[in-house]
Amino acid sequence: MSATINEVLMEARGVGKRFGGVQALKDVSLTIRRNEIYGLIGPNGAGKTTFFNVLTGLYQRDDGDVLFEGNVLNLTSPHEVARVGIARTFQNIRLFGNMTAMENVMVGRHVRTHQNVIGAIFRTKAERAEEAAIRRRAEELLHYVGVADRAQDLAKNLSYGDQRRLEIARALATDPKLLALDEPAAGMNATETAGLRTLIEGVRADGLTVLLIEHDVKLVMGLCDRVAVLDYGQKIAEDVPAVVRANPKVIEAYIGTSTH
Amino acid sequence: MANFITSLDKKNKLGLALIAVALIVLPFVLASAGTAWVRILNFAILYVFLALGLNIVVGFAGLLDLGYIAFYAVGAYVYALLASPHFGLHLPFWVIIPIGAAVACVAGMVLGAPTLKLRGDYLAIVTLGFGEIVRVFMNNLSNPINVTNGPKGITLIDSFKIGSFDLGKSDVFGGLIFSGPIKYYYLLLIVLLAVIVINKRLQDSRIGRAWVAIREDEVAAKAAGINTRNIKLLAFAMGASFGGIAGGMFAAIQGFVSPESFVLTESTMILAMVVLGGMGNIWGVIAGALLLSFVPELLRYTVQPVQEALFGHAIIEPEVLRMLIFGIALVLTMRFMPAGLWPEARHRREMEAKREGKK
Repeated sequence: MSATINEVLMEARGVGKRFGGVQALKDVSLTIRRNEIYGLIGPNGAGKTTFFNVLTGLYQRDDGDVLFEGNVLNLTSPHEVARVGIARTFQNIRLFGNMTAMENVMVGRHVRTHQNVIGAIFRTKAERAEEAAIRRRAEELLHYVGVADRAQDLAKNLSYGDQRRLEIARALATDPKLLALDEPAAGMNATETAGLRTLIEGVRADGLTVLLIEHDVKLVMGLCDRVAVLDYGQKIAEDVPAVVRANPKVIEAYIGTSTH
Repeated sequence: MANFITSLDKKNKLGLALIAVALIVLPFVLASAGTAWVRILNFAILYVFLALGLNIVVGFAGLLDLGYIAFYAVGAYVYALLASPHFGLHLPFWVIIPIGAAVACVAGMVLGAPTLKLRGDYLAIVTLGFGEIVRVFMNNLSNPINVTNGPKGITLIDSFKIGSFDLGKSDVFGGLIFSGPIKYYYLLLIVLLAVIVINKRLQDSRIGRAWVAIREDEVAAKAAGINTRNIKLLAFAMGASFGGIAGGMFAAIQGFVSPESFVLTESTMILAMVVLGGMGNIWGVIAGALLLSFVPELLRYTVQPVQEALFGHAIIEPEVLRMLIFGIALVLTMRFMPAGLWPEARHRREMEAKREGKK
């Protein structure tokens, strides 16, 4: 492991979120270190996705702070979060169905490119150069995630596993520091899950940090450096997988107990 | 454009040349059937401009706009006020048309800004209201200061002039009579080429992709780093500018504007052109606009004679029958070709495959 692993990339301090009378998140604090694979697990309705949406700017938090690279994130819109360097995928895949796989990834480059209407209308030299660079990078990323042979197919016609991979490619196109994946293995078969695992390990090997929300406990325990467990909107554990697995509170949350 | 021409093979070049010749000869052929047909052709091209402008908003960005005619009205009135005896101003067209486009662009953003959070039905209702507001303004802005001359409209609007060359008057070149409408046709044809190129380039650009991404999934577009607020405003502004330019040309060609030209039916007609042709696909939208401009006119001239030939006299009033046939044709087309005559997705994939194959 690299020496930078102990440097904090993202930190949540006492994050809270309410929906009407429902406290979806309460005083959630956790730290994600640079270049680690961090797992966030918990039973259904524990607040995993809510936390995710708060982190990526889709929801506004009610309490607490989120720090990214030491700065408090006070961003009101997801596109600003993407600019800062947090990219995400969605639990229920959200691709641009009527665009090709290639175009989906090209859209991801939007936030790192600058050409405007004038450049487009006059096809200036700078615009053509930028378009070529976008295309090249998108091609690279399609290869990287392994869907290059489907580049010209509409995203909606891709297989389920390929759609998951394409969504990761689109997220990677924004040049993120933190890649946040919301249940990427959901609905995948064993082979696809193994492939996904290799992909996530590759992303980390390339220097990125990964936040993983997952239902597949086996995948999380095998893949993640550290794991946090949410239950009823609160963090009940945060440690390396082996310790978390043995934590009685975690066992209780997952299996339930009547021995108190 | 140069690359485009050199990249074509011989067969395509020949086809392109034939189309060009046909387009150049077309007004003279139509003029032999009556100058009215050249005028109809010119208005059809104006509708193509409008449909292509609305296509940016509805087709690319997926924002349902039912008040698009307002921008056409703004462009037309800007031209009318700055080039007519109404205020005694007679600015040249190449000054006014950009002003009209700019004013329409601002109007587009005025409409866009408060509606950014609205989608679908809700956006449609607000834009519909906006279109009506603009028309009502044109109708009533004659008191206490007479700006628009109310329902009477503005007359004696200047035609396009460059020096002593007047597009509104007939000229004879090499034995051929170039009537006003024919001269305007050539101007419209040139502008049409430019508009198509601009649309195509926008579609294939970073901005064009962002528009389509918003249409496909706004939340995902945001998460992928698109500033949806600005990009949507840009769609409204660009679409409105096209409408403004078309409006200015309309005012000059017609020589007269009144609020009556900018009613809700016009907005829905343009929307029908976009949807019927195939939302998002430039060629489909052009086909839709031409079809919906010509078919009612063709029916106007054929419904009466056909009835007389069949029954000896007209049973149904031609105007009623004409719109009935037109309406039924629209319903049937949308029933059997819900994606339009020439839909976008398939076309896009074909084009992409071709482009890849060329490399």
